[in-house]
Amino acid sequence: MAQGEAQQHPIGIYLWVWFLLFVLSVFSYMVDYLGFEGYLKWFLITLFMLMKAGFIIAVFMHMVWERLAIICAILVPPGVLVVLMLLMAIEGNYTLLIRLEYFFQ
Amino acid sequence: MVNSTPRGPTQKSGWQGLVSDLASDQRAFKNVPWGKAMMWIFLLSDIFIFACFLVGYMTVRISTTEPWPDASEVFALHIGSRNVPLLLIAIMTFILISSSGTMALAVKFGYEKNRRATATLLILTALLGASFVGMQAFEWTKLIGEGVRPWGNPWGAAQFGASFFLITGFHGTHVSIGVIFLIIMSIKVLRGSLETGRPGFLTGRKGRYEMVETLGLYWHFVDLVWVFIFAFFYLW
Repeated sequence: MAQGEAQQHPIGIYLWVWFLLFVLSVFSYMVDYLGFEGYLKWFLITLFMLMKAGFIIAVFMHMVWERLAIICAILVPPGVLVVLMLLMAIEGNYTLLIRLEYFFQ
Repeated sequence: MVNSTPRGPTQKSGWQGLVSDLASDQRAFKNVPWGKAMMWIFLLSDIFIFACFLVGYMTVRISTTEPWPDASEVFALHIGSRNVPLLLIAIMTFILISSSGTMALAVKFGYEKNRRATATLLILTALLGASFVGMQAFEWTKLIGEGVRPWGNPWGAAQFGASFFLITGFHGTHVSIGVIFLIIMSIKVLRGSLETGRPGFLTGRKGRYEMVETLGLYWHFVDLVWVFIFAFFYLW
């Protein structure tokens, strides 16, 4: 069965992504080391995290070379988790306000 | 085994390809061996599990009235006379990324039927994974020694320990299982089971080099989850 043989790619692209992941990890570590605060910190952490995740999924997991059918079947459903995250963030803030109102001296 | 899936120029590409793939009779995921498709679907379910843990962690962290312990200080290491923040976690991150790199190369050399290189890289990946688990055990021991428990800790919000042990524990379990499968796969590669199509001991499935790629998907996923844990739990 010759199906999987489509996934053969030059070694250079793996080494490049490997190197980029190292650089991005150093960047995200530096965010903590240099002591950035607030929105800048959260923005940078999220940015580097999403870039690392993107590189791993696209190249190491070969997603960029797959057909759209499996890409959508795997990558679209986790989108609902963003909704869960937003709902629970609202709920968490609500719980905090109630606790501060009634239980916090 | 004859592959009846139309290949090459007969397949449409892009969005038209998506529609025709999903509407086709036999199999929706063209060019994807079924083992790999099933691994992707398993990983999809795992994404939801880890996401639920991380969302739960977010919720308790938002809603607690106690201050959240500063991960930068909690996970600092004494080097000489000063504290280096998050040093062990940084080393663990680099080790896991390196293991992902060796795994990607193992998959590549596997498809080139380079037995020795594939097995060497798989064993290297397993060693890096095992050292990651070892460092995690060290970290757990250190934190437990400092009094962190699932129900409390010396620095602040009690939910810190519960979130930490649940999330890193579940991730560490995934790494450990991955190491076991890496060792099994490297033995299969070394004795040539993937070239001769020797049936597996438990499943009876014939060995094929696509198995290395499927295992690789799992291993990269473990690395992927660590990217999110590193960002949300240790850095946030």
